[in-house]
Amino acid sequence: MSARPLPEDARTVVVGAGIMGLSIAYNLARFGAERVLVLDGGYLCGGASGRNGGGVRAQWSSETNIRLMRRSIALCDEFATKMRINVWFRRSGYLFLARSDERARQLEASCALQNEHGLSTRILDPTGIKKLVPQLDVSRVVAASHNPDDGVVFPWPFVWGYAREAQRLGVELHTHTRVLDLETEGERITGVVTDRGRVRAERVICAAGAWSPELTRKVGVELPSRPHRHEICSTEPLKPFLEPFVGDLGTGLYFSQSMRGEIVGGISNEHVPEGLDQASSLRFLALYARSLTRAMPILGGVRVLRQWSGCYDLTPDGNPLVGPVDEVPNLYLASGFMGHGFMMAPIMGELYARHLLFGEEPELFERWNLRRYAQGNLLSETMILG
Amino acid sequence: MSNKVLICRCEDVLLDELEEAIAKGHDDLESVKRYTGFGTGWCQGKQCTALVARLLVSRGGVAPALPITPRPPFHPIPLADLAGLCPDDAEEPA
Repeated sequence: MSARPLPEDARTVVVGAGIMGLSIAYNLARFGAERVLVLDGGYLCGGASGRNGGGVRAQWSSETNIRLMRRSIALCDEFATKMRINVWFRRSGYLFLARSDERARQLEASCALQNEHGLSTRILDPTGIKKLVPQLDVSRVVAASHNPDDGVVFPWPFVWGYAREAQRLGVELHTHTRVLDLETEGERITGVVTDRGRVRAERVICAAGAWSPELTRKVGVELPSRPHRHEICSTEPLKPFLEPFVGDLGTGLYFSQSMRGEIVGGISNEHVPEGLDQASSLRFLALYARSLTRAMPILGGVRVLRQWSGCYDLTPDGNPLVGPVDEVPNLYLASGFMGHGFMMAPIMGELYARHLLFGEEPELFERWNLRRYAQGNLLSETMILG
Repeated sequence: MSNKVLICRCEDVLLDELEEAIAKGHDDLESVKRYTGFGTGWCQGKQCTALVARLLVSRGGVAPALPITPRPPFHPIPLADLAGLCPDDAEEPA
């Protein structure tokens, strides 16, 4: 894959061959854009796109996220047919548990907003929860919200599907190609220097996930986002019994049963090393195991097979960084997705391409622009998991 | 007689499937792992990693400098045992 020489120049250089960068590149090519180049320092699925839990949901607390994720899930629905790859998409719902009255009120408010936007979300009492997942211990649970149309995918084929179709449409993809520097003339970027040579670039899209601040720093742009190690693990496979993806916004615990039968999940853990770090810890396993076995005691005897971690790209206001950078007008951001970039990528790729090529969705690209930090127009989102 | 050759016994990955992955351009060890799922099962690659690495090199792939990242725990451990290791200072927020 990396043996081919790099092109001399490109109209658009996307840095980061995760699902976000590949979805943008694929959609640009689909709408007729030429000379699109995607670079990645590692291999496909090596970053967060290959390390996440595969949840896709429209249950959010802000109108923007509900609207976008509804469209993203619709795109997941047709992905396998369109991209000719099995993504093991299962629409088996998302169940958010609340263990306090305050959390329950938050879920109720979000549920009302979601219903306004056409989602089938409903609030369940402990009896209703038991009916849906009999194995849950609901003695500490006040209420839950459930949307039967949310789902789970196997993340890796999404990346391969986008990569293959993007290349079929003429996108050049080079993995194992590290970006060392960005060349500028005045305030604009003119070229990308890699460990395999230099490429002249007319514009650069930063889709490097948790590595984004490192990239933009090369042209003096400080992003407010920071990498955060998030750990996850998977158990031995079990006969299918668990329908929905279960989440608890209090602890950040989440788990689902994969199509291979494993219970895959994680939990919030603030006590991790600063910066880019993809190591694993026993502390995580202990925190996760305690909350999981409290939520579903029957899992106590089930064995953990493997644990790993990936990097979230966290912003202070929980919303992403999208669109052009004022100081460097041909540098575009597609980062800061808070650990939810995977599920956002199908729709973000399409919107990004439409925005760049046809100027669509100006309001969204203004709302999520980096300049909100300079202007003090911060946003909010309460349904962030992990 | 079947000509299927099993390389990863935990995840049922066949020689043919590994050959196909390499032919499709997954030509380094980590990429082959992700494409085929070899090494992600019960033994976590203890039995198959060396075989796959040898196959990869013989088919012109990138010679791995390291094995696939070893994933803890070393042996499968029950969740209840792990829950008992939770530090006392870690409260569970509501």
